Amino acid sequence: MIVAKKKPLEEIIETLRTYGKILILGCNECVTVCEAGGKKEVAVLASALRMYFMNQGKEVKIDEVTLERQCDHEYLEEVRKIVDQYDAVLSLACGAGVQFMAEKYMRTPVLPGVDTCFMGVTQERGVWTERCQGCGQCILAWTGGICPVSRCAKRLFNGPCGGSTKGKCEIDKELDCGWQLIIDRLAELGRMDDYEKLMPIKDWSTERAGGPRKVVREDVR
Amino acid sequence: MRLQYPSSIRIILLPCTGKLDLIHLLRAFERGADGVYAVGCMEGACQYNSGNLRARKRVAQAREILEKIGIGGDRVQMYNLSSSEAPRFVEIAEEMTRKILSLGPSPIKLARKRMAA
Amino acid sequence: MTSEAKTPSRLEKILRAGNLAVTSECGPPRGTDAHHITRKAALIRDHVDAINITDNQTSVTRLCSLASCIHLKLMGVEPVLQMVTRDRNRTALQSDILGAASFDIFNILCLSGDHQKFGDNPKGQNVFDLDSMQLIQTVRHMRDEGKFLGGDPIELPPRMFVGAAANPFADPFEIRVPRLAKKIAAGVEFIQTQCIYNVEKFELWLKLARDRGLTEKVFILAGVTPLKSLGMAKYMKNRVPGMDVPDEVVKRLSGVPKDRQAEEGVKICVETVQRLKEAEGVKGFHIMAIEWEEKVPEIVERSGLYPRPKVD
Repeated sequence: MIVAKKKPLEEIIETLRTYGKILILGCNECVTVCEAGGKKEVAVLASALRMYFMNQGKEVKIDEVTLERQCDHEYLEEVRKIVDQYDAVLSLACGAGVQFMAEKYMRTPVLPGVDTCFMGVTQERGVWTERCQGCGQCILAWTGGICPVSRCAKRLFNGPCGGSTKGKCEIDKELDCGWQLIIDRLAELGRMDDYEKLMPIKDWSTERAGGPRKVVREDVR
Repeated sequence: MRLQYPSSIRIILLPCTGKLDLIHLLRAFERGADGVYAVGCMEGACQYNSGNLRARKRVAQAREILEKIGIGGDRVQMYNLSSSEAPRFVEIAEEMTRKILSLGPSPIKLARKRMAA
Repeated sequence: MTSEAKTPSRLEKILRAGNLAVTSECGPPRGTDAHHITRKAALIRDHVDAINITDNQTSVTRLCSLASCIHLKLMGVEPVLQMVTRDRNRTALQSDILGAASFDIFNILCLSGDHQKFGDNPKGQNVFDLDSMQLIQTVRHMRDEGKFLGGDPIELPPRMFVGAAANPFADPFEIRVPRLAKKIAAGVEFIQTQCIYNVEKFELWLKLARDRGLTEKVFILAGVTPLKSLGMAKYMKNRVPGMDVPDEVVKRLSGVPKDRQAEEGVKICVETVQRLKEAEGVKGFHIMAIEWEEKVPEIVERSGLYPRPKVD
């Protein structure tokens, strides 16, 4: 899923300082799974903000809605009839959702309530780790199912580097060396011969470097 | 044992403090509570294994939020005791009451009164 | 290995003639004063065949390796351009290779580079468009095919003797020799190893390389660094990733009074060189004495590697 984390409360308060009618908009998918922007988090944030403004002596209307997703037109349409009641929307969706909301409701300020971090997995409850950087040309078949782009700090294609120590990355003792993981996996799969094959130079044009990306399926348009 | 405890305490029964969610704590304050405390089983003796441990973390989260919004983290507290410790229950009730009295009414309670007027 | 030099590199000629080569290293300054480099180079120029210039080592911003190498060329010293892939994309890498070649810099050491987290710009981006092995392939491609990576021909292709680093002491040990094999397959012609204190482990790595015939395909220069003090030994042992300093070495230094530790460190270095001179597959030495360059002549002489061979 897309993993995000809650923005610090102080930062959110600062962003909402000048508004009197706020809608806190959650998302039922990725940010719910990583416990950053789902219905529960919306409720907690709304309650905290109401009390904050009450304590400041300000009368602020704070409402809560959680949509199924904020990255599809159909779901964002569900708030069309109510959005004009608010002078700002704080969206707890990932960066994609916040932007899509802002594109749809151009006259309403749409503000982010979470920091979107990466595409990853739930390692264990409360811990989410990165797995994919969306390079656009998946090579997992050659590296035993472990990605050198997202799991090697230097995205080496012929790693590990000389800084790998006891299976951990040179930049962080808690961080697994991506290439150690790949080697271990190739060994388990009996494919250490693959290790010696030189991985060709990557075509990064399908990654961020190539510019904002698009996927089109003509057959379903 | 028919021990007396302060009448300002309102008890809400739960099957386990693990059932207590962060939002319950916050809503209590939003509605004007001066203080909230959770009383769970002794750590290691939770009927449901780790409900009381989760409650402790949620109480800690509530503290942090209350502190940040200017209400004061001391108004929320977690206690652990075994169900046979009636005198301790009274002790906790009295301790919490004393603390809240010294902190004064919750700013939210005051704000609500002002807004209603 | 063919005995015909493919480039005008002095280092290559010395190695192909069957001599033990000696290289050393200089770190550029964190400023614009080139004297910093030329002074150090002057100290050691007669005792080494070529001098490496590090490339923003440890990700700390310094005078660039390319400019430093040009300063060396201008004083008649043979440079080895170190190039990391951390800071430059393939356009800049190829461009700098052309730049170096235009100044008749004939040696390049291809590296990935330490992560920027260690340096003075931990918030900066890193590039890693290519890794070190792909950079080796790139230089060979530019030299031997005379083409850019994109396919266009190069007007007057660069002639460079291509090197890389090897670390017999990094984890995991099992792939250290396969990595050497990979670099050779990528086209590397000489290797400089991480500095050696655990001679036995190095000899094991060398033996495994020999068994695979790799020592016939690449010139291996054994890296050595004289220890200045017990403190330095402990630091290298505990705080530098991929460094193996055995307890015996630490013990040896601690058994000597503080004012004699530097002398003992040089002694250990010389002993290591003398022992490895006999090792089959070792074709030279890379003496890294950063900020202690004045010891290099002594180490070279005491190791019986002076005078350096003359080549045209």
